[in-house]
Amino acid sequence: SKTRNQFTSKVNDLVARFRVIDEEFFEELEELLLQADVGFETVMELIDQLKLEVKRKNMKDTAGIQSVISEKLVEIYEAGEKMDSKLNIQADGLTVILMVGVNGVGKTTTIGKLSARLMAEGKTVMLAAGDTFRAGAIEQLVVWGERAGVEVIRQSEGSDPAAVMYDAIRAAKNRHVDVLICDTAGRLQNKVNLMKELEKVHRIISNEVEGAPHEVLLALDATTGQNALVQAQTFKEATNVTGIVLTKLDGTAKGGIVLAIRNKLKIPVKFVGLGEGMDDLQPFDPEKYVYGLFAD
Amino acid sequence: MAFEGLAQRLQGTLQKITGKGKISEADVKEMMREVRFALIEADVNLKVVKTFVKTVSERAIGQDVMKSLTPGQQVVKIVKDELTNLMGGEQNPIQFSRKSPTVIMMVGLQGAGKTTSSGKLATVLRKRHNKNPLLVAADVYRPAAIQQLETLGKQLTVPVFSLGTDISPVEIVRQALEKAEKEHHDVVLIDTAGRLHIDEVLMQELKDIRELATPEEVFLVVDAMTGQDAVNVAQNFDDAVGITGVILTKLDGDTRGGAALSIRTVTEKPIKFVGMGEKMDALEPFHPERMASRILGMGDVMSLIEKA
Ligand SMILES: Nc1nc2c(ncn2[C@@H]2O[C@H](COP(=O)(O)OP(=O)(O)OP(=O)(O)O)[C@@H](O)[C@H]2O)c(=O)[nH]1
Ligand SMILES: Nc1nc2c(ncn2[C@@H]2O[C@H](COP(=O)(O)OP(=O)(O)OP(=O)(O)O)[C@@H](O)[C@H]2O)c(=O)[nH]1
Ligand SMILES: [Mg+2]
Ligand SMILES: [Mg+2]
Repeated sequence: SKTRNQFTSKVNDLVARFRVIDEEFFEELEELLLQADVGFETVMELIDQLKLEVKRKNMKDTAGIQSVISEKLVEIYEAGEKMDSKLNIQADGLTVILMVGVNGVGKTTTIGKLSARLMAEGKTVMLAAGDTFRAGAIEQLVVWGERAGVEVIRQSEGSDPAAVMYDAIRAAKNRHVDVLICDTAGRLQNKVNLMKELEKVHRIISNEVEGAPHEVLLALDATTGQNALVQAQTFKEATNVTGIVLTKLDGTAKGGIVLAIRNKLKIPVKFVGLGEGMDDLQPFDPEKYVYGLFAD
Repeated sequence: MAFEGLAQRLQGTLQKITGKGKISEADVKEMMREVRFALIEADVNLKVVKTFVKTVSERAIGQDVMKSLTPGQQVVKIVKDELTNLMGGEQNPIQFSRKSPTVIMMVGLQGAGKTTSSGKLATVLRKRHNKNPLLVAADVYRPAAIQQLETLGKQLTVPVFSLGTDISPVEIVRQALEKAEKEHHDVVLIDTAGRLHIDEVLMQELKDIRELATPEEVFLVVDAMTGQDAVNVAQNFDDAVGITGVILTKLDGDTRGGAALSIRTVTEKPIKFVGMGEKMDALEPFHPERMASRILGMGDVMSLIEKA
């Protein structure tokens, strides 16, 4: 249902109920957006801009308001500058992708899906089992490695994640793989020591490979509310996040906070996760996403 | 970028009021707008916010605040009291069945913290209730879910029952119950796979397990960072399997945790425990009053006092 290229019932309902654009119409629109976790500031900004546009175009009734809403939402998302949602994959040599995020958001699963995707594009891929902390984390990544048909570099549970990265980079260079994807343990952004550890992992990677990590992907769970903004900000400070993977968008949550994240922190969403299977990862399409905000 | 708490939010309105002596109904209305802002920013569901603000507003206009010399503090107090009330009384212990074994089922969305909380609960059961629990690995879908539970079981020296992934979760539970009977486990703790509340097939699976195992407790495990969708999730799980309580995880983060209020309001089921970390001892009883302060951004003062 996320792929329908028009507003689904919620906005259409609204338009059907309100023939004329009035204050109450805007109030109900505001509520729809708040319920999609878009957050107050962004919603207010949107409503203000919509009101201006409606005035400028001298629109009286709600016919045709849908496209104006979606345009404005995309405009807010893009904040005046288009950003590429393609992955920064090096033409020659090793590309390193670092996956980060809070606990349970879908980092490891996304790595599995991403491996399959890159393999399908003809790349060779290797994985680094950098979550040496959580019970069963290494085994989980190994299963994904088997599914996607890629090698997983691992050490035992409890070992230093920076050392795992070091090993993995060595192995990736030796075997001339195109892309090394590094898993990390989930950590809440307010855990100072764990964020320091992540900075260290990031540093090892930068020291070992010129220009690496080429991508730092932050996994965000679409079910998360306003805290996602703090997550993005803190992880950006620690690891210079280059893109977001918005996971679990196959549920009923919309993850509307990514609009604010992109607008304020300039971090684009690169992929969306739409399930637990290997193929459930799609490139992010702002327009489609914005339509989906109003889906049931 | 941390959000302002309710107290700060009310500052602006209050400054306008000081010197005026008495406050008007319009002033109360303005304060209620701030209350609404604060709650929505704390991720309380919009519909829940609406009803809540209405209640508080009625109380405020009817006496309490308008006559007060410190209207701001009064509003904060009313809001906090109402919130605390809504969140339920103190302490909701685990219910044990009269006939052994007591069956406890863990359900929830993907990644919420079911498996981790299962391990933590096993610890609580053994240490605080002197029980001999059996953990059951009924997640046959997530890669290495069984290994995860087995690793935790080994750490805790709590036995884990598993039959691999080529068998239905219902059958796993059936055999686990037999084993529990034979080996005199007085609690059976079932870790189920994460699933979407709209996934009919998998929700049916939970119903089947429930029917077979007749659990005394069905805990909905919810991530404290959950946003507006918390109500849908809680409502659907409750409708499908009839939850008896909630475990709110990852509360060691810096989220306000408004989902707690949403869930409590729609299900009217108590939040029994909170997860305060990844380690196996990080499960604590729920304190409504602390949660109310937290949602309002008044700092987790009580917890700090207790820790000191
Ligand atoms: N429905 C759905 N489930 C997902 C998606 N992505 C991941 N999951 C599930 O979410 C749960 C957690 O995923 P993981 O990949 O283990 O998350 P993680 O961030 O690596 O977790 P930690 O390493 O414990 O911090 C698993 O049950 C996944 O199958 C998605 O896009 N949709
Ligand atoms: N910081 C913190 N992390 C937690 C807490 N509870 C669980 N986690 C972490 O959250 C992640 C997901 O926990 P799991 O127990 O695997 O979640 P689950 O619900 O079993 O996940 P699925 O089986 O995939 O649906 C892991 O990284 C846990 O360590 C908590 O209270 N605090
Ligand atoms: Mg992981
Ligand atoms: Mg689990």
